[in-house]
Amino acid sequence: MEAGDDLVCCPVCDALHRVGEVDDDTRVRCIRCNTVIAVGRPEAILRIVVLASTALILMTIVVFYPFLELRNGIFTSKASVFQTVMSFSEGVMAPLSIAVAFFVIVLPVARLMALLWALFPLSIGAKPLRGARTMLRWAEILKPWAMAEIFMVGVAVALIKLADLATLSMGPAFWSFAAIVFITALKDTQMSKHSIWTALDTAQRT
Amino acid sequence: MDGTGHGAENLKALTALDAGLVGCRHCTRVAPLGATICTRCGGALESRDRTSMQRVWAWWLVGLLFFIPANLYPMLITQTVGRASEATIVGGVIELAQHGAYGVAGIVFFASIIIPVGKFIAIGYLALIVRKPHGHKPKSLLHLFEVVEWIGRWSMIDVFVVAILVALVQFNLLATINPGIAAVCFALSVVFTMLSALSFDSRRIWDQIETIADE
Ligand SMILES: [Zn+2]
Ligand SMILES: [Zn+2]
Repeated sequence: MEAGDDLVCCPVCDALHRVGEVDDDTRVRCIRCNTVIAVGRPEAILRIVVLASTALILMTIVVFYPFLELRNGIFTSKASVFQTVMSFSEGVMAPLSIAVAFFVIVLPVARLMALLWALFPLSIGAKPLRGARTMLRWAEILKPWAMAEIFMVGVAVALIKLADLATLSMGPAFWSFAAIVFITALKDTQMSKHSIWTALDTAQRT
Repeated sequence: MDGTGHGAENLKALTALDAGLVGCRHCTRVAPLGATICTRCGGALESRDRTSMQRVWAWWLVGLLFFIPANLYPMLITQTVGRASEATIVGGVIELAQHGAYGVAGIVFFASIIIPVGKFIAIGYLALIVRKPHGHKPKSLLHLFEVVEWIGRWSMIDVFVVAILVALVQFNLLATINPGIAAVCFALSVVFTMLSALSFDSRRIWDQIETIADE
């Protein structure tokens, strides 16, 4: 077998496939481990770009707005994602503060920006930017470390833990954050390594 | 081959290694065996990660070492008008259950105890199997790996809960909540077990699955 453009190797199980043009609205799965290796969606890149930019804009708003409000008679306290991240910033807990900042804000944002860097020019039919390949590779590497959706569940748990201590209500940022999680999940279903890399290859050649 | 479902007949396939090629795990491009850097994405190429098992065990062990103090020391230190109470992970779960929040207690118990313990066992089991396979059902093996890879990050819930509680209650006169040392240990333990699972070369599990299916 010659190493050609249509030869695709499953990243999970190493099985070789010959993938040519993929029909619209079909997925090609690995014959052995069932991993999706190609998605036949010509508009997939555009969708990913739109979803990623939406999530990125929401993210910048969300970080500084309160997502939880606590009322207890005369006292009111609000917490934003930024405050939550800073809650460990004193003393020995400082490294934990940095870690939470990375998992909840820095890595999700970095991942979205890397994706946009690599794919935005493609969506408007322009030539890819410099370093598009490295960016795309890093977007994939960062995936398990971006934990915005886990943070959401954490908010729900915290809410119930404090339920009898005070009245709690969710601020606007909570719903925006929920939207980000949903959008990111939707975006990831549009992605398939082979399809995106092929699109990047094609754009670079023209 | 329509590629739907994975029955026993699909357990064997021509792999890149069989064909004298090496596949890139980042971008799926294949290169001749022996190439070290992918021409398409610049990622490192290795047909079967040779040092993978050492790294799996090293991260696994460090993760386990941090998991022990994470359970012994307090996760949260709450001070309410002169009284201070400390809650460990298990203590927090019991407290939730006493409030009648069984659902949430279940989630926290699952994310903070069941998942980490299950993950230590599963990774250890998989790492032993890859070395020496004997009479295991190939399908269960691969599902185990998929689950381990996906679920590990969810253990982080408890760390986030602590952060949220501290941020919210910090300036309230009724109670002050401070994070305990266990929060740091637990976060580190989750990170190290994630690294352990990520170090696993899934292609080696598939090699074994093929060997077992042959028997
Ligand atoms: Zn596969
Ligand atoms: Zn590559």
